[in-house]
Amino acid sequence: MDTIEMEYRKMKSSEGIIGIFLHPDAVLNAAGELHRAGYGKFDVHTPYPLHGLDEAMGIKRTVLPWIALAAGLVGAAMALTLQWWTAAVDYPLVIGGKPLFALEPSIPITFELTILLTALGAAVGMLALNGLPRWHSKWQHDPHFLRSTDDAFVVTIDADDPLYDAERTTEFLRSLGAEQIRTVMCHEE
Amino acid sequence: MKRTVDASPQHHWSTEGGGSLAARSDDLREALVVGQPSLNDVTETVSAIVERKPTKAWYVTISITGVVAAWGIFAILYTTLTGIGVWGNNQPVGWAWDITNFVFWIGIGHAGTLISAILFLFRQRWRTAINRSAEAMTLFAVICALIFPIIHTGRPWVAVYWLLPLPNQMQMWVNFRSPLLWDVFAVGTYFAVSLIFWYIGLMPDLATLRNRAYKAGNKLANTIFTLVSLGWTGANRHWHRYEKAYLILAGISTPLVLSVHTIVSFDFAVSVIPGWHTTIFPPYFVAGAIFSGFAMVLTLMILARSLLRLEQYITLKHVDNMNKILMATGLMVGYAYGVEYFIAWYSGNPYERFVFINRALGPYSWAYWTMVICNVIIPQVFWSKRMRRNLAVTWVISIFVNIGMWFERFVIIATSLHRDFLPSSWGYFTPTWVDVSIFAGTVGIFLTLFLLFAKFIPVLAISEVKAILPGAQPKHGHN
Repeated sequence: MDTIEMEYRKMKSSEGIIGIFLHPDAVLNAAGELHRAGYGKFDVHTPYPLHGLDEAMGIKRTVLPWIALAAGLVGAAMALTLQWWTAAVDYPLVIGGKPLFALEPSIPITFELTILLTALGAAVGMLALNGLPRWHSKWQHDPHFLRSTDDAFVVTIDADDPLYDAERTTEFLRSLGAEQIRTVMCHEE
Repeated sequence: MKRTVDASPQHHWSTEGGGSLAARSDDLREALVVGQPSLNDVTETVSAIVERKPTKAWYVTISITGVVAAWGIFAILYTTLTGIGVWGNNQPVGWAWDITNFVFWIGIGHAGTLISAILFLFRQRWRTAINRSAEAMTLFAVICALIFPIIHTGRPWVAVYWLLPLPNQMQMWVNFRSPLLWDVFAVGTYFAVSLIFWYIGLMPDLATLRNRAYKAGNKLANTIFTLVSLGWTGANRHWHRYEKAYLILAGISTPLVLSVHTIVSFDFAVSVIPGWHTTIFPPYFVAGAIFSGFAMVLTLMILARSLLRLEQYITLKHVDNMNKILMATGLMVGYAYGVEYFIAWYSGNPYERFVFINRALGPYSWAYWTMVICNVIIPQVFWSKRMRRNLAVTWVISIFVNIGMWFERFVIIATSLHRDFLPSSWGYFTPTWVDVSIFAGTVGIFLTLFLLFAKFIPVLAISEVKAILPGAQPKHGHN
C-alpha cells in the first residue's frame, strides 16, 4: 500500500460494488437490466460516451440546454443595455445627425455577447450539474476502477441503493456477464 | 460473415460474431484508424508522448523557435518604448503589416473551429484525429493575432479603455459603431469560446493521464492532472451532460466562426476606400480564413504525424479530406478574386476600376501575382487523388498557400491604400526590420506554443478516437 492510499484510508468510507465489463454490448445490456430491476444509485463509467447507454440507464434529459439558453438571453440583454445606456443615456453624443441609439450597428456586439454567455452557460452549467470540479470519483482508489478511463466499462453500484445487497447484487452482476466483480470501500471527501 | 477485425488478442470485443451489418458498412469505408488498435493501444500511444522525456530533437527545435519568439518580443518592446514610427507605415499606407498579420493569424485559427464545430455537426468522424491539435492551433493563432491590435495602439497600457467599455476619468465610452470595436468583441469571444471548447474536450483525456499517474504512484503528476482534469469521473450520468454541452458549444461555435472573419472584413468593408468597400468581403474572408487555416493544419499535422509517430491515427484519408476542403475553399477564394474584377468593371466607378487594374499591373503587381499563383493556380494539383495523398506534395503546397494567403491580406490592405485619390498623395510601403522581426516573432511564438502543446498535452483526443474505433459502439438497435 503506497502513501497516497494510506492517506485516503483515514477518510470516511462506504461500501459499493463494481463490475467490470469489456464489451460495449454487454455493458449496455447490463445497464438496461439494472435499471429494469429498479436500481437507482448506479452508474456506468466509460472511457468514451457509449451510444444508447442514456436510454438504457433511464437517464432523464438534462436541463443544460435551458441553462445555456437563459445565459445566452442574458448576454443579448446585457449587450443591448450596455450599448444603449452608454450612447443614449450616460454620454449622449450626436454624431453626423444620427440617432443616439439604433439597433442595426448594435447587432454585431449583441451577437458576440450572446454567443459568449451561451458558451459560458453551457460549460459552467455542465460542470455544476455534474458536481465538478471535485478531486475525483469516490471509486478512484480501486486500481481496477481506474481502467474505466482506459479500456473497460465499469458499472458501479452504491451501497446506499435500497436494492443493494452484497451477495445478491454480486450475483446479479455476474449473471449479466461482468468479467470481474469487486466490493470496494469508497472514500468520500 | 464472420468478422475478423482483431489482430491483437487484447482486442476484446470480438468475442461475439453479431452485428455483421455494421461491421460490413465499416469495411466498405476506408478505415479512419489503421492497424486496428485496441482501446488500451490508443491510451498508451497518446499518453506515452506526454509521459516520456522530451527528445533531443524537441529541445533543439524549441530552442530555435524560442530564440525567434524572443527576438520578436524584443522588437515589440522596442516598438512600445520608441513608438510605432519604427514601422514602415506611412501616408497614405497607414495600415500595413500590423493589420495584415492580424488578419492572417485570425484566419489561421478558423480551420480549428471549423474542424471542431462544423465537422462535428456534420458528423464527420474523421475530425477526431485532428481536432485537438487544430483547436490548439486556433488558440495559439488567436494569441498571435491579438498581439498586433494591442501593440498598434502604441500605448497598450492605456488601450484598455480604448478597446473595452471600462469607466474612466473622462467619462467617455468606446465607440460601439466602429467595426474596430466589433472586432474586439468578436475576437475576444472567439478566443474565450475556443478555449472553453478545447478545454471541455480535454477533460476526459486529462483524467486518463491522472489515473495513469495515480496507478504509477507519480504523486506530482497525479496532483497536477487531478487539478486540471477538474475531477472528471467518466460516469455516464456525467457523459450525458458533457455530450449535450459539447453539442451546444459546437452549435454556437458554427455561427461564431462565420461571424468572426465577417466582422474582421467589416474593418475594411464598412470604410469607403475603393478596393475595400465591397459586399463580397464577408464570405470572401471566411472562405479565405478556412483555406489558410487548413493549409496551416496540414503544415503542422504532417510534421507532427511523423515526428510523434501517429501514422496509425492521422491517415492518408485525413490528408485527402483536408486537401479536398483546401481545394473547395481555394476555389471560392479564386472565384472571389474574379468577381471583384467583374464588379469593379460593372460598377462603372473609375476609382474602383483603377484600384483593381493597379492591383494587377501597378507597383504591387508582384504581390498580387504571388497571391494568385499560390492560392489559385498551385492548389489545382489537388484535382488528382494521387497528389492529395502525397505527403511531400501536400506539405509543400500547404506552405505555398500559407504564403499566398498572407499576401492576399497584404494585397487587399496595401494596394488599396498606396494609390490615394490624388496622385500627389501616392506612396509605397516598405517594411522596416521591426515589421519583419515582429511578424517572424509571432511565427516563433506560434511554433513554440505548438511544440509545448505537442509535448505536454494529449495531441489526439483519446476519448473521441476510442469512440470511433471499429466495434467501439454497441450494435444494439442500430440496424
